[in-house]
Amino acid sequence: MSKIVLKAHNISKQYRLGQLGTGTVSHDLNRWWYKLRGKEDPYLKVGDTNDRSKMGGSDYVWSLKDINFEVEQGEVLGIIGKNGAGKSTLLKILSQVTTPTTGEVKIKGRVASLLEVGTGFHPELTGRENIYLNGAILGMTKIEIKRKLDEIVEFSGVAKYIDTPVKRYSSGMMVRLGFAVAAHLEPEILIVDEVLAVGDQEFQDKCIGKMKDVSSQGRTVLFVSHNMGAVQNLCNTCMYLKNGQIEGRGTTKSIIESYLNENRNVQLTGIIPPDFYRLYTNGEAFFRKILITDLEGNVIDRLAFNQSFKVVVELEAMQDLKNVMININIGTTLGQPILYAVEKDNSSYVGRNISKGSHTVEAVFNVRLLPGKYSFTLGVNYLANGNTIDWVENVYFISVDKIGYNKNEVYPWDDVHGFVEPDSKWSFK
Amino acid sequence: MNHWDLIIKPHSKWYHLKLGEIIRYKDLLFLFVKRDFVSVYKQTILGPIWFFIQPIITAITFTIIFGNLANISTDGLPQILFYLCGITLWGYFSDTLTKTADTFTANANIFGKVYFPRMIVPLSVVVSNLIKLGVQLFLFLAVWVYFLIKEDSIHPNWTLALVPFLILLMGFLGLSFGIIISSLTTKYRDLKFLVTFGVQLLMYASPIVYPLSIVPDKYKWIILANPVTSIIETFKYAFLGVGVFNWMYLLYSFAFTLVLFFVGLIIFHRVEKSFMDTV
Repeated sequence: MSKIVLKAHNISKQYRLGQLGTGTVSHDLNRWWYKLRGKEDPYLKVGDTNDRSKMGGSDYVWSLKDINFEVEQGEVLGIIGKNGAGKSTLLKILSQVTTPTTGEVKIKGRVASLLEVGTGFHPELTGRENIYLNGAILGMTKIEIKRKLDEIVEFSGVAKYIDTPVKRYSSGMMVRLGFAVAAHLEPEILIVDEVLAVGDQEFQDKCIGKMKDVSSQGRTVLFVSHNMGAVQNLCNTCMYLKNGQIEGRGTTKSIIESYLNENRNVQLTGIIPPDFYRLYTNGEAFFRKILITDLEGNVIDRLAFNQSFKVVVELEAMQDLKNVMININIGTTLGQPILYAVEKDNSSYVGRNISKGSHTVEAVFNVRLLPGKYSFTLGVNYLANGNTIDWVENVYFISVDKIGYNKNEVYPWDDVHGFVEPDSKWSFK
Repeated sequence: MNHWDLIIKPHSKWYHLKLGEIIRYKDLLFLFVKRDFVSVYKQTILGPIWFFIQPIITAITFTIIFGNLANISTDGLPQILFYLCGITLWGYFSDTLTKTADTFTANANIFGKVYFPRMIVPLSVVVSNLIKLGVQLFLFLAVWVYFLIKEDSIHPNWTLALVPFLILLMGFLGLSFGIIISSLTTKYRDLKFLVTFGVQLLMYASPIVYPLSIVPDKYKWIILANPVTSIIETFKYAFLGVGVFNWMYLLYSFAFTLVLFFVGLIIFHRVEKSFMDTV
């Protein structure tokens, strides 16, 4: 049996909504009065679950509610969820930046948390001085930093500027230096927030590599990200937070799938609710509905192998839009894109003009998808600069069966290699 | 198997101050001190000379306004020496107080991202200011030695042995006020406006620009209720031989500081856990 190094028991976090103002003093006094009489805090009882889309009746909200989980030594746990699901709050509690309202967390070993790279960097100090300062803030002793200084400088790749004040650094150099310090912490438990969102691809790969090193040394990592690719790449288990509660905990693959599958309602009715999580939208238009039909117009959610299908999308423009293009993307259930279809007649295509109101868009797909499950992502953007108007990811799912659309085209093998069968012509001499 | 290194709970006992942690983070304390010094003077022309300019200009101003225009007595001492003596020690107190008073608001950025014992920050302020005081004491001592040779109105005495204790007391008094104010400002920002104003008022309620001896008996208790008073008076008495030295007054200041410091520690400790939600 593996050793449990982190145990969260019933942790909840309550926040007060709205402005802290005239009510503060009276609430404080009220609280004190209840406490004096040995009663429970009156404000702990009220409060709604953390659901941003609905207006709650009370001023207090539970950002996290009754979270219980355990982490084993050497586990690399990914924590996923929509914005506002409570991921950051959870990390803040685990990093001791804030306390839970109820419950407790027990931890074995030294914890280092990386909610940001380069915390406490002072612009006037040189790179070297900031390594010491940042290292000490993260909990290293001076001797430890001194021992690792050369390694840190080398890893950061800014050796040439190490005695220059960091205010002369580019933001990229600053991030590199910050991560270099953090990467040389030697905690038993490392907590990492979306630090990978910054920096270029090379840097991100370096970060992932470093975190893999950490976990291969038997240390524990808790990693929060929206980047499903990174989570999949790095984590062996996953936890899915939704509205401040744990929605799922298990292997990375199954949890990511259930996270991406989450909008079951869309699947049944085709209606995309107004509060559907949108990665980007500028509010000028919204996708309202998506359905997959066969060529006769019957709604389906399974395709026979080699069957053509139609994607029917309803788009509501909130204003007149000029030169826009609509695109439909097909990807894996883990969110990895496979195909990208754009409405485009010829090379001089300048986009479509859409008047204010609802429109139905239909696209017929002739693609030989191999058996498996696929997700659909919808996008609409300006053709000229690519600026996104609305983007709904993994909004609809469809399964492709091994049974052929034409009886003689049944998919013959047990294993499925890849996603799409190309139209290939062969010759043999 | 059942041993946990760290338990995160909503509330801890009021006496559970985790002072051991501060020792573990002592390197950070000194790095903060270093940062304060290096960053403040890095882009100035005069650099550390500013340490001297401040008290000199203040002492000259006081000499002109309070000494010559208002004609307030300095107990027969050279005016510039009298004022400089008070200013040097008072500056340590007021700098410590005002700087520690914005511990939470000024460091919200770092505190929101990383955990370390928050007390490190105000403690580093005390140390920074102590170094600054050390430098300024040299200035004072130079002026003092000059007048010691030139005039015979100055009588240093055995109470000089108390000076380190007085400095310590002054630092802790400033720190205690500072951490209490910084804890309360996280929720009630009004206090922030009171600090600069309040410190100024407190200066006039302390024997800096006047000796305690000229205060009418009717109001003396007000000035004596101020814990800074006896510290400053003893300091002056030690170096100059003029002033009020009374063990009872000094004991009062000591007890006041001690109580205030523990109250401050407890309040600070309560706030450091939750302030991220209110700041």
